[in-house]
Amino acid sequence: MLAEFRDYLTASLADLGDVVRFLMRLLVNTPRALLRGDLIIAQIYNAGTLSLVIIMLSGLFVGMVLGLQGFQLLQRFGSEEALGTAATIGLVKELGPVVTALLFAGRAGTALASELGLMRATDQLSAMEMMAVDPIQRVVVPRFLGGVIAMPLLAAIFSMIGIYGAQLIGVQFMGVDSGSFWSQMQASVDLEDVTEGIVKSAVFGVACSLIAVYEGYHAMPTAEGVGQATTRTVVTSAVVTLFLDYLITAMFL
Amino acid sequence: MGKSRALNLGTGSFVLLGFAALFFLTTQTTSRGLSFASQPHYDVTAKFDNIGDLKVGAPVSIAGVEVGRVAKISFDSREFKAVVVMSLNSRYNQIPADSDASIYTQGLLGGKYVGLAPGGADTYLKDKDHIDVTFSAFVLENLIGQLAANFIKGKSDAPTPAAPEKTK
Repeated sequence: MLAEFRDYLTASLADLGDVVRFLMRLLVNTPRALLRGDLIIAQIYNAGTLSLVIIMLSGLFVGMVLGLQGFQLLQRFGSEEALGTAATIGLVKELGPVVTALLFAGRAGTALASELGLMRATDQLSAMEMMAVDPIQRVVVPRFLGGVIAMPLLAAIFSMIGIYGAQLIGVQFMGVDSGSFWSQMQASVDLEDVTEGIVKSAVFGVACSLIAVYEGYHAMPTAEGVGQATTRTVVTSAVVTLFLDYLITAMFL
Repeated sequence: MGKSRALNLGTGSFVLLGFAALFFLTTQTTSRGLSFASQPHYDVTAKFDNIGDLKVGAPVSIAGVEVGRVAKISFDSREFKAVVVMSLNSRYNQIPADSDASIYTQGLLGGKYVGLAPGGADTYLKDKDHIDVTFSAFVLENLIGQLAANFIKGKSDAPTPAAPEKTK
């Protein structure tokens, strides 16, 4: 029992080390990959533009729920005007980065992992190596960078749409005064709150993209292996995102 | 070529929207609007016995209109007073030099702000001027303390006039 646990622990540690080594490899190859801007733009399109609809829809509904719940709660204390503050703080600091990261892992992370896994399974990566093309530099790094760049922008869009969703419910439907909604928000939301959200989304972007390309690149070259890699991408991304979220929140306190 | 152009267009609009959202979050949801920082202003100092929980960035207003913000708060260890530096918008440069400053509370439980009440002097406040007449913050705990003290005194006072009557 104890030996099993020890084995599990060493295996996990080795995995973590492997991920870090992989990240280093990506970073070393980043400058040369940056020369192929068109590849990165294509990946920003894949990770960002194609995720835009799901992010905006989710942001709108999360914001509307916040508006409704926040209004019901704040009404009991007779301070509905604080709705703008409550919704904005909640969205910018927590829900924006975290929900976006989870959606990103589900939408873009899985696509990355299965694409890379299939490339591995169909020997495309080996073929590139045969042609003296480094698959890390040509295939993996642009995908990684695309995710890293897209994620903070997606989170910002999510928060912005969410704030308008809360405003739609609070101001248009529930009759909170529009002036106090915005002015109370502006008075009590600090730039640090926004910075915290941006830092979080940037870190989540690195983490989720790294997990996706790592799992995809190291997938077993079988149909089952690709499926497993995709599943692991979502599960690991979600857990790591929530763990990092706690860590960064504690750091900013 | 057509596909590549559509791809660039999609990516471009996504990135543009993303940065617009970042800009919106930093300027529209916080008090760091682009408007105030760049405007010319002048600094006026006032010393208060007690500023309550006045914070840097709190508004300074005259007749309810915001004319500036609290720029700096420090402690004068010789007079044991709080030194509040207020940065006033240069647009409002005709505030009488003998105006007084008080600290008020926004709403029942809101934050503190500085209210200036204009005096009658012919000279106006300039950069680095001092406001001499100040009124401290209304601290709820002190008021409750005073009320409680009065209440207890009132209670203990009440029997005393009655007591001599009994002895009569």
